[in-house]
Amino acid sequence: MTLALSGKDIAAKIEGKFPKSVVEAAAESLLVEAESLSEIAAYLKNTPGLDFDYLTAVSGVDYLDCFEVVYHLTSIEHNHSLVLKARCYNRENPVLPSVVGLWRTADFQEREIYDLLGISFEGHPNLKRIALWEGFEGHPLRKDFL
Amino acid sequence: MEIEEVYSSRELDKVEGKAINEFIAGHQQVIPDPDRWLDEELERNILLTSVDAVLNWARRTSMWPVVCFPACCAFEFITTEASRFDLSRFGMEIVRASPRHADLMITAGTLTWKMAPQVKRIYDQMAEPKWVIAMGACAISGGIFASSYSVVPGYNRIIPVDVYLPGCPPRPEALIHGIRMLHQKISRKSLISGGE
Repeated sequence: MTLALSGKDIAAKIEGKFPKSVVEAAAESLLVEAESLSEIAAYLKNTPGLDFDYLTAVSGVDYLDCFEVVYHLTSIEHNHSLVLKARCYNRENPVLPSVVGLWRTADFQEREIYDLLGISFEGHPNLKRIALWEGFEGHPLRKDFL
Repeated sequence: MEIEEVYSSRELDKVEGKAINEFIAGHQQVIPDPDRWLDEELERNILLTSVDAVLNWARRTSMWPVVCFPACCAFEFITTEASRFDLSRFGMEIVRASPRHADLMITAGTLTWKMAPQVKRIYDQMAEPKWVIAMGACAISGGIFASSYSVVPGYNRIIPVDVYLPGCPPRPEALIHGIRMLHQKISRKSLISGGE
């Protein structure tokens, strides 16, 4: 069984290295500042002992006051996992950094989130709609779509 | 071993030759076909019928479906085709990947607007005469996805439908019933009036 690491434990490791980057550290997840997401993701992937070499899934949530993107990270080497989150408060033009450079899994999934929620991922090599067609108006998984 | 024991004896050959000659002599007449029960016209290979009846019979008893399996109804269709329900009893079994070979589209599944142009194109490529069975709730009206932003609310938005087959999904018995209904519809088609 994969060991789910506590967000609090990871936060303790991160805070020294990236000050003020952790927004909320819970037992089951770790919410970080969007500005620090890229460096924290790289740190989680490349630090010996953490080695999150596999991105299981990326999903997006619309909380109306903000968008949240959830990264399910797994280390195949150590058989442990972590849920990493980042939020974006700009409803008109939500932007988050892309993690495609670290995990190729993110390619299609970030496109899907862009397609259905309208969140742009900065640095994505091919950010266009994936399920809906070019010219579709709006982003249907937004709570205020209809 | 002596050579004479290996080959058959001349005496035995003569017996066999005589039997063959007698067999030939006794089979110089053709045995009549067992067709006493047939009509006199049929015996002479003459059948009288209407052109409509023959055409419709040929069309309905040998239908060739095209692949149109966008969603879960496809599995009921596949089951109908397979040994348990044995669709070949009704003269159709092989599903064609090429619309040029097909005259029946069984729309087994939910259709999205993104996929709709391709389905329309496949239908347009099928040769006349052709028929459509709208299989399942999604095919009839969009089903539970009818108000969705991405689902076509019924195949009749893009192609004409001959038989509507309700169910979510319809059981194989229901699909066979729908096919039989289509057979009946084809039976009433006429070259002159069109029979629509």
